[in-house]
This record gives sequence, structure tokens and C-alpha cells, in this order.
Amino acid sequence: MNPRNVGEIKDADGVGEVGSLACGDALKLFLKVDKSDDRIAEAKFQTFGCASAIASSSALTEIIKGLTLNEAAKVTNQDIADYLGGLPKEKMHCSVMGREALEAAIANYRGLPLPMAEGEVVCECFGVTDLEIKRAIEENKLQTVEEITNFTKAGGGCGKCLDRLEEILRESRREPRQIIPDQRPGRMTTIQKIKRIEEVLEREVRPALRKDGGDIELIDVDGDFVIVSLRGACGTCKKSQTTLKEYVEKKLREQVLDTLIVEEGK
Amino acid sequence: MNTVYMDNNATTRVAPEVVEVMLPYYSELYGNPSSMHTFGGQVGRAVEEARGKIASLLGAQPDELIFTSCGTESDSTAILSALQSFPEKRHIVTTRVEHPAVKNLCESLDKLTGHKHRITQLPVNSDGTLDLALYEESLGDETAIVSAMWANNETGVIFPIKEMAQIAKSRGILFHTDAVQAVGKIPIDLSQVPIDFLSLSGHKLHAPKGIGVLYVRKGTPFVPFIIGGHQEHGRRGGTENVASIVGLGKACELAAFQMHAENTKVKALRDKLEDGLLATIPSSLLNGHKTMRLPNTTNISFEFVEGEAILLHLDRFGICASSGSACTSGSLEPSHVMRAMGVPFTAAHGSIRLSLSVYNTEDEVDFVLEKLPPIIAQLREMSPFWKSEHKGKVGSSQCKCSCS
Repeated sequence: MNPRNVGEIKDADGVGEVGSLACGDALKLFLKVDKSDDRIAEAKFQTFGCASAIASSSALTEIIKGLTLNEAAKVTNQDIADYLGGLPKEKMHCSVMGREALEAAIANYRGLPLPMAEGEVVCECFGVTDLEIKRAIEENKLQTVEEITNFTKAGGGCGKCLDRLEEILRESRREPRQIIPDQRPGRMTTIQKIKRIEEVLEREVRPALRKDGGDIELIDVDGDFVIVSLRGACGTCKKSQTTLKEYVEKKLREQVLDTLIVEEGK
Repeated sequence: MNTVYMDNNATTRVAPEVVEVMLPYYSELYGNPSSMHTFGGQVGRAVEEARGKIASLLGAQPDELIFTSCGTESDSTAILSALQSFPEKRHIVTTRVEHPAVKNLCESLDKLTGHKHRITQLPVNSDGTLDLALYEESLGDETAIVSAMWANNETGVIFPIKEMAQIAKSRGILFHTDAVQAVGKIPIDLSQVPIDFLSLSGHKLHAPKGIGVLYVRKGTPFVPFIIGGHQEHGRRGGTENVASIVGLGKACELAAFQMHAENTKVKALRDKLEDGLLATIPSSLLNGHKTMRLPNTTNISFEFVEGEAILLHLDRFGICASSGSACTSGSLEPSHVMRAMGVPFTAAHGSIRLSLSVYNTEDEVDFVLEKLPPIIAQLREMSPFWKSEHKGKVGSSQCKCSCS
């Protein structure tokens, strides 16, 4: 491991910083620009991170040396990964960090605001904006949320933003093809779920239970958990657990959602 | 290049004596221990002999041991057994620093059993130790089982298992301990500690991979996990992994014999390594309690550098260690153990675990003491945070890391 261009440039013309100690990796890029033709005369870096982060930083500086700023602005994370002969997919975020540091350094030199910082922060753990995520999806043709995490780190922390990532992914993939939004059965809202559960209970379950002098009431729906209360004869029946699992749960799984779990509330 | 193996909490070398006793069971002694004929019967006797040796290391009765495929299977068996024995109890007490074998299982129980469970994950102090008062408070009538590791794999910190088991017993709650890291390294006497279930894994104590044991105290209700033939008295189906069982028996015999060396020689090497690194490398911190700890483990954070980069440099010298950093997707945050201990982010990403065994030598310790400090210095030289005034957050970063 012999990274090139390590260090800082004291009188740098442009400096780009991305990441932080807390995030687990960070890169500070220094540029010296030849004002006569806008060419990058010198590029150095300091990196805190794993070997892939260090290698990506080194590759970035090697790629951009001698390029004009306009040429450098076109360098993508894939160029950095290619220069290294490829990166494992879970390390792709290291190449994305390199590209973002480059953008930040160019913006700093030109006195412009950071383009990607404008967006809405989606992943709070790693401070990733929707603009960064959308660009990564588009440029790298990402297909899954896991790939988004590989490339941008978004969603790799507490995981709270995973639903939002799924949404962004669907939006991004729909746009170019103009597909009409479909109602996937697995993505029912809680309200829809409650409605359909109540329908099935009313239509099929209650009449059957009432024959035996029992009844059932829907108490709550929490994710896949359906909390119900058995009434009347069912409340004291020893077989009520079997009824819940073998009959009620089975009916609801068949007709509403096959991941539902029926539980008795206290 | 010589390998300097200091990752014994990950796995250990199979002792040559262990390999030797195993070999016949891969060649001429291939009988099935359940067979009626003499040829199989002699193999059955070898299994029972090994069971006796393992029981004697633990202070247990031989018939309290069930052979499994690994520590993870033992953990799953114990916890799921307790839940099935007391289906009306839906509360589990565990800790925030458990191995994924217990942690992830507890977090998946709802889906697995189809019932809602309440999981209490006890916090730990900054030195990785547990607060007994908090533990006692967490127990209730609803609690089906407590599962707490005997010693932590990342820091080596030892929990007060005897006291914890006594408290659980007095409240009529089942107690399980994942003792995968403790068995063979510190003395364990189950005749004195009222534990219901204990998990151990062969490959952590110089036996091969693929063999584990679950101890189930006589009288503890038990529901099998793997259902099949009558092996292990119907408590775990599947033909016995005979060679590995015989190997584990030998490994336990050796462990009992070497227990003193583990706690003197290995501990002295560990202390020399740890003291040397802490003394020569500035901004380095010990993770975990200084004394309530396994004799072979040290976990040190080197601030402002990233653990995986350190590992790669060590690897070039043939030095094997591991890190609490996580630079891969899905788990980009440092280890759950470091986070539970509240190790600051400046240090958590740069944590390195070195875990020794009786096979390590003083020369190897000296070699690491020679090679590691320049690696840290070199990485710090290229770190934007080292020597910089505003440590922590830099420039335009929006990183908030709101998740604890």
C-alpha cells in the first residue's frame, strides 16, 4: 500500500472536505490550479478511512493532475473505481467520496456553493442528501436499496431512512419510463390493512365464531402484528389459541397479507 | 513470511494433540456410535469418554451435555427451548454487547415464533461492565430467560455470571450464558454456579470448527431444536460428529492442563503487548475493564485512524488481528460493543483487538511492538484530523450521526 500524493498543499487554491470522523471516513483534497489555462497543476490529499478510501483518494489525485477544471468536473466515481481496477461493491462509497471531494474543491476554487449540499438530507447518520442519492442511482444504474448503501453509505447506519430510499429508488426508476404508479399488494398502508382485515373479520370470521357463541374484536394493527380480542364463549375457550392461529390468522393471511401474525391482546 | 496469529477470539489453531486423536475416526474407526455391533460400539464409547472430559472441565455431569454443531446452534437451542417451555412468558433479558448469535436471534424472535416478545438489552458501563442493580430491576414475572455472555469476544470483559445466575434462580427465571469465549480461558465450575444453559464452541479452544456443546442442567425443562433420531437421548437429532467430539474432549483435557499457563504466561504476554502499545503510541486507549477481563484479550483504540487500514498494514507483516471498525455497507458504524460502551467515534473506528493463545511467543509480541507503532504514525500522517485543531467535524460535512 503506497498511496501517491499524500499530504497537504499549504497555499492551495481549492480545498474540498467531505465526511467526518464520526462517519468513519473523511477526505480532504487540496488543488493547486494553473491560472493561465485553468489546469490542475498539483493535487494532494489527506484521508481518514479504510484502505479502499485511501486508494480511491490516491487514484483521484493521479487522474485529475493535468486536467482542466472543466475536464476534472466530468470525472465520475466509476472512473476512480476503474483506475483501481474495480472496487468491491460494498466499498464503492469510497469512490463516491473521492468524486464529492473533487466537486467540493472545484466549487471552493470557483467560490460556488456545493451542488449536492442543496438537497434534502435523507440519511442523517451519514448526512447524505436526496440529490446525491438520485445521482448515484442514475449514474451507476442502481437497482436496489442495498446498492444505494454500497455507493453512498445512506441507510448503513440506524436504518431509519430505508423506506425513504426505497421511495427515491422507485421515483428515479419510474421517471424515464413513465410507468403509472402501481399499487403493490405488499405496500399497503396501515389504514388499508385495517380496512381489509376488518372486512375479512366481518364477512367470514365473525359469522363462524358466532355460531359457537363467540366473537372477535380488532384492537390494533402494528406492522405485521394484528392484535385482536376474543369475546363471548371464545374468551374462556381452551382452544382459543388454536382458533386464532389456525383459523383467524390463516384467513387473514390468505385474503389480506401473507406475512400477518395474529396475537391476542390483553 | 511467518504468520503471527493474534486473533484467537475469532478462531484458534487446532492443537496437534487434538488432530492426532481425531485421525483414527476419519479412517479405520468409522462406525456409527448408535450401532448395535461392537465395531460401532467402540466409537460410542469414545464419544462418551470425550463427554466425560468436557464435563470435568466445566464441573458438570456428562449427561448434562448435548453435542451440537457450533456455539450458535447451542445459543438458539437454549433460548428457543426456554420460550417453548414457558409459552406464556414473553420477556427476555439480554445485554447490548452480546454476540450476534444471541443478539440477532433475540431481535428476530417475533417473526420466528409468531408471537410478540419484549426484549430488554441491558446497557453496559464505559468499561464494558454490567450494572447488577439494573439487571435485577429488569427481571419480572413475564421473564422467560436471561441470556448473558460470560466473557465478551471483542473486549474480553467478564460479566458477574455467578451473581447473575443466582439472582435469576431466586426469581425462578431460566439463565443461559454464551460462554464461548470463557471456556478454556478461565476456570468454570457449574457445580457452584446455578446456570441452566451454557453454550461452548470447539474452535475457540483449539478443537476443530463445527462442534459445539450445550450444557443443560439436570431438571431444567428442555425442548429440542433439531428433531430427528434418538441421539443425545432425543435432545438433538443427527449422527454424532464423532471425530470432532473426540477432538473436543482432548482439547478440554489440554485446556484444564494449561489453565494455569493461560492465566500466567499468556496473561504476561498480553500485558507486555498492551502496556508497550499504550506507552509508545500517543492517543491510544484501552477498551474494557483492566482486570475483570480474559487473560488473552486486549482491545485498544488508536484515535484518528481507521481500524481496517491498520489491519491491512499489519497483514503485510503476517500479523493477524481484528477490528471493531466497519467500513462495509450495511454496518458502516463501529461495532455494537464499542457503541454500547460509548467509546467516542474518534476512537471507535480505530479499535484493534489482539487475542493471544498459549502458542504465542515473546518474540511475536516484540515483533508486533516493533511494527505497529510506525503503522499508526504513518496512517496518522495522512489523516486530516491528526494535528488538526478542530477534531471531529470538518468543513462542509453534514454528518450528524444521530443514531447512538
